[in-house]
Amino acid sequence: MTDLAYVSPRAGQRSTASRLGRVALRWTLYLLLGLFALWFLMPLFVMVTTSLKSLDEIRTGSLVALPRDVTFEAWKTAWGSACTGIQCEGLKPYLWNSVLIAVPGVAISTIIGALNGYVFAQWRFRGANLLFAALLFGCFIPFQVVLLPMARMLGILGLAGTIPGLILVHTVYGIGFTTLFFRNYYVTIPQELVRAAKIDGAGFFRIFWSIFLPLSLPIFVVSVIWQFTQIWNDFLFGVSFSSAGTQPVTVALNNIVNSTTGVKAYNVDMAAAILAALPTLLVYVVAGKYFIRGLTAGSVKG
Amino acid sequence: MTKWLENHVPKLVLAPSFVAILLFVYGFIAWTAWVSLTQSRLMPRYEFEGFGQYVKLFSTPRWDTAMTNLAIYGILFIVISMALGLMLAILLDQRIRVEGAIRTVYLYPMALSMIVTGTAWKWILNPGLGLEAMVRGWGFESFTFNWLIDPNMAIYTIVLAGVWQSAGFVMALFLAGLRSVDGEIIKAAQVDGIPHWRIYTAIIIPSMAPVFLSAFIVLSHLAIKSFDLVIALTGGGPGYATDLPATYMYAMAFSRGNLGQAASSAMVMMAVVFAIVVPYLYSELRAKHD
Repeated sequence: MTDLAYVSPRAGQRSTASRLGRVALRWTLYLLLGLFALWFLMPLFVMVTTSLKSLDEIRTGSLVALPRDVTFEAWKTAWGSACTGIQCEGLKPYLWNSVLIAVPGVAISTIIGALNGYVFAQWRFRGANLLFAALLFGCFIPFQVVLLPMARMLGILGLAGTIPGLILVHTVYGIGFTTLFFRNYYVTIPQELVRAAKIDGAGFFRIFWSIFLPLSLPIFVVSVIWQFTQIWNDFLFGVSFSSAGTQPVTVALNNIVNSTTGVKAYNVDMAAAILAALPTLLVYVVAGKYFIRGLTAGSVKG
Repeated sequence: MTKWLENHVPKLVLAPSFVAILLFVYGFIAWTAWVSLTQSRLMPRYEFEGFGQYVKLFSTPRWDTAMTNLAIYGILFIVISMALGLMLAILLDQRIRVEGAIRTVYLYPMALSMIVTGTAWKWILNPGLGLEAMVRGWGFESFTFNWLIDPNMAIYTIVLAGVWQSAGFVMALFLAGLRSVDGEIIKAAQVDGIPHWRIYTAIIIPSMAPVFLSAFIVLSHLAIKSFDLVIALTGGGPGYATDLPATYMYAMAFSRGNLGQAASSAMVMMAVVFAIVVPYLYSELRAKHD
């Protein structure tokens, strides 16, 4: 770490003027950091305050003003009666859809990723490297290139526009990342451990269950958070492969915001946006460390 | 039989993933590639036709706009995110007392869906009621800020929202990079009385080349795939002014019913991604072997 306030051995000879300059520099530093913090927080602040205002107050007041009369009407509408098109049931059913898609999607892709990673790290066989590269490659493709055949495939499987269809899609395209996470984690566990267990007569699953699984909590957290954020925030697959009743929350939010019927209710839009963002924000606040670890692990290789 | 099973368990465990990837990634890419070489419209037709779809694609003004927008958006998004991310990382690297809290604030947009980000900025940039109205309310009656509805400027609103979302993430990457630079070298330089800015420009930043590269790869990947942000913020409009290849492809596939165009535009997107990612992956994998 370097430090602008580092006191070098010669600092004793410096004049008061340079010490003053140092203090000024320090203040400028904090000022700059504070201004950027404001820039990052401003949209969240505007979303929250707008969601608590009445439409009249929005029209007459300033964007950044605090609400004069706090009202939760917009939240009630966003939750239960906002229109996403012809249906006016609010965001509630779509939040539930996202849960129904995300929970099995996260669970299945993480379990498959753990087993795959275990094989790639500890049970190497001829061609394993090539296979791993082939799997990683799948992380990089722009999904537009699989959109059309996937739509047809889901139709053939009878899963078009269904929640199981979306679970399948998210699982298939999540495996690359989850495998990468677990493989990179398990590769740090010494191979002697597996060899010794084999000599003691333990098999593939037994070794996984009693040696690897107990060590795996941190990487499970990383994988679950990564997959949950990906699936919850997904829009492309949701908008391409869902039908009227099975849309995830991101698609419903976009429909609410862009629905052309009636008066534009900005407060409802903002309340709905916060509702849609809340689960991933919560995960970030509670488990930020793991969130960042997934991001950097996923980004260095994907 | 049990013996055989025991020996092949690892391969059997991988088998379902292998089959899935073979079909859903490679098979699907092949399908899209094939369809891009046919005359398919609403329904796929499988008679080989040649590169007609690509010729048509590159003579379509809307695609031209989309590619130009991708260049503008991609370059600005990458350059500004990297510059801002590096700056924030250096600022935060000065033994800041509340570093953890500040980092949390800078990085939270990354947890949001692009649809949420787009929705928020669409409201902030709303010419009638957002920033413009606010500044006018302060007494600057002639202030205009209507990029969202200005066909020439709308693409920059996407840059703005995209940078807002990703800058904190780039900062996190750079901060990790800064912290991994050898402390001894820095101390030696400080003892020699080399000014701090020189330590950064001459020692620390050059040694972070790999971090720059991976930040570049991630950001370019994000830029090419950008779809949700455009849909939520501008819907591709006004007109086609903010179309990107991803929104063009989607429009052809799902609202225009033009599978041939959708497939060929998707293939071009993939080619752009690979032109950037493959050399990187190749060098990464080679480095691992050495």
